[in-house]
Amino acid sequence: MALIIDKTACTGCGSCLEACPFGALELVDDKAQVNDNCTLCGTCVEACPESALSLEDIQRAADQRTATSRGVWVFAEQREGALPEVVAELLGQGGRLAADLGVDLSAVLLGHGVEALAAELFAQGARKVYLADDPRLAQFDDGIYAAVLARLIAQERPEILLAGATALGRSLIPRVATAVATGLTADCTGLAIDPTRRLLLQTRPAFGGNIMATIICPDARPQMATVRPRVMKKALPQPGATGELVRVGLDADLAPTTQVLEVVRAIGEQVNLTAAEVVVVGGRGLGGPEGFDLARELAQALGGVVGATRGAVDAGWIGHAHQVGQTGRTIGPKLYIGLGVSGAVQHLVGMQSSDVIVAVNSDANAPIFSVATYGIVGNLFAVVPAMLARLRELRG
Amino acid sequence: MKIIVCLKQVPDTASVKLDPVTHTLKREGVAAVINPFDLFALEAALQLRERVGGQILALTMGPPQAAEMLREAIGYGVDDGLLLSDRAFAGADTWATTAALAAGVRHLGGADLVICGKQAVDGDTAQVGPGLAMRLGLPQVAFVKAIREATADHLVVERQMDDGYEVVNLPLPGLITVVREIGEPRPPSLKGKMRAKKYEAPVAGAAALGLTEDQVGLRGSFTQVVEVFAPGAAGQREMLPGPAEAAGRAVIDRLVADQVILLGS
Repeated sequence: MALIIDKTACTGCGSCLEACPFGALELVDDKAQVNDNCTLCGTCVEACPESALSLEDIQRAADQRTATSRGVWVFAEQREGALPEVVAELLGQGGRLAADLGVDLSAVLLGHGVEALAAELFAQGARKVYLADDPRLAQFDDGIYAAVLARLIAQERPEILLAGATALGRSLIPRVATAVATGLTADCTGLAIDPTRRLLLQTRPAFGGNIMATIICPDARPQMATVRPRVMKKALPQPGATGELVRVGLDADLAPTTQVLEVVRAIGEQVNLTAAEVVVVGGRGLGGPEGFDLARELAQALGGVVGATRGAVDAGWIGHAHQVGQTGRTIGPKLYIGLGVSGAVQHLVGMQSSDVIVAVNSDANAPIFSVATYGIVGNLFAVVPAMLARLRELRG
Repeated sequence: MKIIVCLKQVPDTASVKLDPVTHTLKREGVAAVINPFDLFALEAALQLRERVGGQILALTMGPPQAAEMLREAIGYGVDDGLLLSDRAFAGADTWATTAALAAGVRHLGGADLVICGKQAVDGDTAQVGPGLAMRLGLPQVAFVKAIREATADHLVVERQMDDGYEVVNLPLPGLITVVREIGEPRPPSLKGKMRAKKYEAPVAGAAALGLTEDQVGLRGSFTQVVEVFAPGAAGQREMLPGPAEAAGRAVIDRLVADQVILLGS
């Protein structure tokens, strides 16, 4: 495998050097040259204005599963007998994909004493529910959950399996994909069908979230993806809808590989980022934990809550519960105000559906301005007090 | 306890920026660093060695320059390392990556505990840890935020979930992935830095690991990137000029006029 550089087409413009996230390209005698840092990511191929770069094409035999697998499955994660919101979102998106493919939508439910949840899954569009109900599945364990799912997949051969990119999903599903030997795309924010090849087009932020990548799994089945919560649209529920309930027995050889000793619900600071109408988000530009006092003051004045970028959370200025973006919460408030937020794409994908976006940043080149409704280039420690003063004035 | 810590060398994402005009990546001298989440894995290993004794080995797959990162790991106090490097490894998705790492773990004679960071900041998949556990047939606990108990045959850990945390017993040998709450990484020690100066990491390629070219790299991957593009086009925007005070007042007036801020009356 290699990156192929057409030296006659290369003009030595350097676009590929700029684009490469790994510093793997150099100009030698005014022509691009690749070094050992190349990971074959393909970013340069897209960046080259002369189409002088290409990745060597590899032909791999599609395994037999590709031709014989049919149907769209959703893994219906449950926590202590309740389905998280993401399951309805997965069934909504899964239903659209199934319709495009002309196949049925099924849900897979694992747990103990969870049969009642099947009705909810039917109401949200599942035609079939595979139910594995067993005391050995009472607590979440990656080992036994993955084994049950992998055996069911091998037997029933779905062509697509979707799961939520929740803590549980992101722990379990990579183990399942490895057990059944197929591809998996993490944390997708877009899913569509290429009808000619019956392929799932899986879109997600890549390379630190600075660009989006569309990924396929052409030669193995099922095509598996974890899907970011709060991105996909739920289906309109059809109360009373029914379908086929398939009971899945557990093989005698299966046992949990770990033991859950205690379940502790979140305590301490609760931040309802996703429900808030106004979110004031602080970034590295706040300069430190005390900078968030200003963000809190503005949020309070607007009846909103405080969010934070990954940079501010990683710096330890504020708790992870406040994080907005790829590894935090996806939000879409009426009003988003970013203070000292530069706008890495991994942050933008988590907030760009906000109705109105206000950005205050001292760097005129900050990418956040490209999505902002109103932008202010300036010192936020002067801008925000002026905003607060004006609000007090108007409110009398 | 024999611990293998998996590390990844990543481009320093802080130095990769998007050009606001062309929406292409601007590379301002991309520095290569240890994936920040892997530093937490390293810290977890160092804490465990202090508690129960043993040995820490650092394992990575990457280009030859990743040897420099293993030298850095020695500085942090790791006992030895192994670099999996081969041009055939390039372009690996997480399936092909775990193929190489699993072979690397076996090459090192296995471990009582394998520790990974929860995810790498360049890919953000969080798939390698669980995939590697499956390849090695090990029980796993992902997103560990604290290790309550550690003995030769088991750990009791706290697993971070979306709605709180769970206390989980993990029999050893096993694999965990860790989150930042596990503890701030300590700085490299002076003694470690001295050792690091003379340290040369052993290197193994596909053949030495008993892997064929069909099992690793882009060729051994199930997933393919078919398109890369800049996200979301810009909506309508208005830059509010002027001194900070004027701009701050102006934006409130706009939001009131737009009825985004309701004053009531």
